[in-house]
Amino acid sequence: MSEDLGFFFALMLNGASIGLMYALIALGFVLVYKATDAINFAQGEFVMMSGLIAAVVLGIAGMPLIAAVLATVAIMIGFSFGLERIVLRPLLGRPVVAVIMATIGLAAMLRGLAPVVFGGEPRAVSLPIGDDPIVIGPASLPPIQVVGAVVAVLFFLGFTWFFKKSRMGVAMRAVADNQQVAQAMGINVERYFALAWAMAGIVSAVGGIVWGSMLGVDVHLALVGLKVFPVVILGGLDSIGGALVGGLIIGIVENLAAGYLDPYVGGGTKDFAPYVLMIVVLMVKPYGIFGKRRIERV
Amino acid sequence: MFHRESGVFKTSYAADMALYPLPIAKWTVAVLALLFVVIIPLTVHEYYLSILNLIFIAIVGALGLNILVGYTGQISLGHGAFMSVGAYTAANLAVKLGLPFWLTLPAGGLMAAAIGVVVGMPSLRIKGLYLAIATLAGQLIIEWTINRVPAISGGASASIQVDRPSLFGFSFNTQGSLYFFLLFFAVLAIVATLNLVRSRIGRAFIAVRDQDIAAEIIGIDIYRYKLLAFAISSFYAGVCGVLYTYYFGIANYEQFQLIVSIDYLAIIIIGGLGSVLGSIFGAVFVTLLPIVLRIVMENVGSLFFTTSEVANVISGLKLAVFGALIIFFLIVEPEGLNRLWRNIRSYFRVWPFSY
Repeated sequence: MSEDLGFFFALMLNGASIGLMYALIALGFVLVYKATDAINFAQGEFVMMSGLIAAVVLGIAGMPLIAAVLATVAIMIGFSFGLERIVLRPLLGRPVVAVIMATIGLAAMLRGLAPVVFGGEPRAVSLPIGDDPIVIGPASLPPIQVVGAVVAVLFFLGFTWFFKKSRMGVAMRAVADNQQVAQAMGINVERYFALAWAMAGIVSAVGGIVWGSMLGVDVHLALVGLKVFPVVILGGLDSIGGALVGGLIIGIVENLAAGYLDPYVGGGTKDFAPYVLMIVVLMVKPYGIFGKRRIERV
Repeated sequence: MFHRESGVFKTSYAADMALYPLPIAKWTVAVLALLFVVIIPLTVHEYYLSILNLIFIAIVGALGLNILVGYTGQISLGHGAFMSVGAYTAANLAVKLGLPFWLTLPAGGLMAAAIGVVVGMPSLRIKGLYLAIATLAGQLIIEWTINRVPAISGGASASIQVDRPSLFGFSFNTQGSLYFFLLFFAVLAIVATLNLVRSRIGRAFIAVRDQDIAAEIIGIDIYRYKLLAFAISSFYAGVCGVLYTYYFGIANYEQFQLIVSIDYLAIIIIGGLGSVLGSIFGAVFVTLLPIVLRIVMENVGSLFFTTSEVANVISGLKLAVFGALIIFFLIVEPEGLNRLWRNIRSYFRVWPFSY
């Protein structure tokens, strides 16, 4: 394999694993949007919060890893439940802008409170996986990226099964499709709204642990949430498979852009290329690759 | 504003749309003018004038955003970036070409308007969430571009020093003289907005907000008006950015990050969407809030935090309180402080004989 091709392959593989990790966070956004039509601009802050909680719980001496993960997940589920009850339920039926603003407000609140409660210094989430890079051909990946990618794939398989086969998943799809009809069929819509938020809490908790152990946890971890938007726009806002594909594409595109363009513009292409791609998609195909097209009536 | 009318006696649409609803309103305006032009600058200490100056700048930006969000029903998370476009345009013109403020100010506004139209272009096909995300992308891309292109940002620290504005040899270089400079533009923005929203354009904006498809059916060219709203709104934002630049004497992209876009959204939500008075209330409230928080934290905060931590805690707390207030107002009082003001007024209208 020539040098150039090896470089390309390394960028692709690295991008794909990062992309799967983006997809994991985007999944939280898609789950909520699909089931409840609510838009969560605070997804990145959820991830930050889970990272902080995980760092604190893991810091307690003698805490086994599995217990720490479960504790983080439990806290995030509780948090999402409370959020749905206190903030989002009163906004049901209000214009979409109100929900966007409320979650932006929530994001600001979490981002402001985090340094007050947890202190400003970055914390580490140390997972027992070592630091030696895993070498695949010409590419070498940090182990945490591999773990993150595997976790993301497992979650996607799990949710795909859940929505296709399980009774609750089918009910949730019904709620997503038409809330009134679902209610008429005897589905408790409010319970499924809460369930959707709880699932977003689980995904955020895992995302926070994985991302936190890769980047370290402080307020800046919330910026990962900004990458969610290109991913979900590209894949389609209400498609779980779309989040996966969108995540992969965005991860690969930003890595290729960084690899080939950074030497010319002096760095930072990573934070730029996904949004350019997103604007193009919004102009050409605003509902994304797998998104459901909405028809509007007066 | 402060007067009490005994009833509504309007017999024509022209009377209903008049700038002064009653003859007495002219007196209210005259009294306010006297207060702000003569009494306050003569009596108030310079520190409080500097707070008022910040409020004036915030009013300009808030009015602009309110035209877009409150009156036209579009959403923008990119207003911080539009301000930075205005700021850097004016700063570059002022430093490189030595132009006076009465040329750089409209130039900054027009440049921001042009960029705003480009960022608002997706609003032709998409709305709500998608528009929010598109303007968010606009914000991030503009921020990135300004930060990375030295021709715009003026070098490594991405900031440009600008001289204070001057007119006919008089330099506005004290808080007292800047007060008049900024007051002029705040009043100009308020009057322009009041006239805009009662004009044909303003009513078209409101029609687009209330139901855009229906507005199109009755003959409003919604694409034109959406883009016009973006243009006007970002013109205000650009002017606001220029004012910040002249006020601080420096254009710096850190003053115009995403968080500023959110601050201004907070201003208009707290003040009241779709209301000029609400924008003013919001600007006053949101400018005073961090000052009050700082005073409280400096006195009370030492009980919980060490002195070095207090500064961090204040900035975090400010953000948290903003967020909480946005949520609170959205849930409890979606029409904001303006609605509270109206409630107070209608209570006193019939006071003390309310039955």
